[in-house]
Amino acid sequence: MIEIVDTGPLNTIQDLGRLGYRDIGVTVSGAMDPLALRIANLLVGNDAAAAAVELQTFPVRIRFQEKTAFAVTGGGTATLDGETLPPWWMQTADAGQILDVGPSKTSARAYLAIGGGIDVAPVMGSRSTSLRGAFGGNDGRALRKGDVLRLGSPAAGLRPAGGFGVVPPLRELASLFPVADNGALLIRALPAGEHDLFGPDAERFWNEDWKISPQSDRTGYRLSGQALRLTVPVEMRSHGIVAGVVQVPPGGEPIVQMSDANTAGGYPKIAGIVEADLWRLGQVRIGARLRFVRASHAEARMLDGAIAAYVNDVETTAGQVGRALTAMAGR
Amino acid sequence: MTRAATSLASQPLIRSRPGISAIGARAFLLDAPGAFDLAAQRRIWALTQTVRQWPDVIETLPGMTNLLAIFKAVPEDPDGVISRLLEAWERAESIDIKGRTIDIPVHYGGAHATDLAALCKLSGLSDREVVRLHHQGTYTVFALGSAPGFGYLHGLDPRIHMPRKTVPSLRMEKGCVTIGGMQTGVAVLTGPNGWNSIGFADLPMFDPAAAVPALMAPGDIVRFLPERIEL
Repeated sequence: MIEIVDTGPLNTIQDLGRLGYRDIGVTVSGAMDPLALRIANLLVGNDAAAAAVELQTFPVRIRFQEKTAFAVTGGGTATLDGETLPPWWMQTADAGQILDVGPSKTSARAYLAIGGGIDVAPVMGSRSTSLRGAFGGNDGRALRKGDVLRLGSPAAGLRPAGGFGVVPPLRELASLFPVADNGALLIRALPAGEHDLFGPDAERFWNEDWKISPQSDRTGYRLSGQALRLTVPVEMRSHGIVAGVVQVPPGGEPIVQMSDANTAGGYPKIAGIVEADLWRLGQVRIGARLRFVRASHAEARMLDGAIAAYVNDVETTAGQVGRALTAMAGR
Repeated sequence: MTRAATSLASQPLIRSRPGISAIGARAFLLDAPGAFDLAAQRRIWALTQTVRQWPDVIETLPGMTNLLAIFKAVPEDPDGVISRLLEAWERAESIDIKGRTIDIPVHYGGAHATDLAALCKLSGLSDREVVRLHHQGTYTVFALGSAPGFGYLHGLDPRIHMPRKTVPSLRMEKGCVTIGGMQTGVAVLTGPNGWNSIGFADLPMFDPAAAVPALMAPGDIVRFLPERIEL
């Protein structure tokens, strides 16, 4: 078990989301940075889709009540009993040790995976917390000081006593995830249904920088910039949406729907972000700038392939390390 | 338009093509051509049944005369996907889902009917008349979406259509019986809501722990029973 000694608001248990229930209106939820969640799980020997803790407000203090492997990935700076841990790192904690996680300057969210995963009851096939629906995770609510979380059974196999880590994806795949000269994040997207109805403003959408406004959370990001206007009003019928859709409400400032988005929407949509860039968006901080880059299905496939290869590499390596140590211990 | 919706024969014979657009690289949205009516929705249901069988599709989300198909992976041949969707639409026969009939007792008026007065003003009808038109209607669940178990109901009398609010109510109670444009429905979550409330229903619409979590399903018939009218 682990105990939440201290936490900010809105930190929740998440996995890769509640898939397959969108057609009855159930939000997918799940980690805002699913790549960081998968890597954290693989580092401790879990299935990549196991439930972990998503941290987005800090500081957070956790006490381990038993000896267990843990990993912290994504943003966040972690210390174990005051000793700083490298980023994207797994280690084994003894019962009674204290993990502190503070904010990172560059990334918004940290993921804490524990050997065996967080053992809460799955709801509709997922352990993700749906705050709006008030189900899933820990009683459908954010974590609070004093919460004690049960853990699943950890995978067999030893882990290095001194811990080990991975090269973070932004460094490993740097050439595939570029940033503009002015620091704006380049986010790839495909034009969506009402794109052309924005006329000249559609071009502005791609050419100008957008700023992540303070009205941004797990549900969606509101972008600040010069308002976009349709050339003619359009009557929309409600339709299914997915995370990454960029909608333009009557005010003209775009909204990017994120993990906790509704399953349906009716605002004109100008673009849809490719999934391979959504994890980066899940890590942007309020006030950050981004620019949209028009992409193709082929580019999206190439990026998905590169991410899959990176994850596969981590999985293979983590497995080999565990097997090698087990073999040596048995010699 | 609502009356024409009940008869397939009244649909024009010339079909224009549906619109297909992308939402990101893994999802495709097909918008049915023509009116917002039951005939178009029946074809969307048929299309949904076909597309959900495709081995490369992971989820289908029928909306209001549209369908979002989410693929397992980014398709190698997006143009091929568009052709397949168009073909499937052309072949989709209208189907009539044999849904259940769900009776929802409603307390019309009272503290929860925050927008009844505005609807009377907009429609020029008395509150009694608005309530009568609402509970005398027979509604079809077109699709579920937006919030867990929320059913978009078609069949609202055009005299009580009312546009969504430009500034949503910040806290509308779960259970409010609402009108949004030409649709009606029962709010399933307490929170911000842009629809207009004219009453309240106790009947739970969603139970996350149940084997079938949502009370409504596409094709179900919904009737509102005036349990109490407080004007």
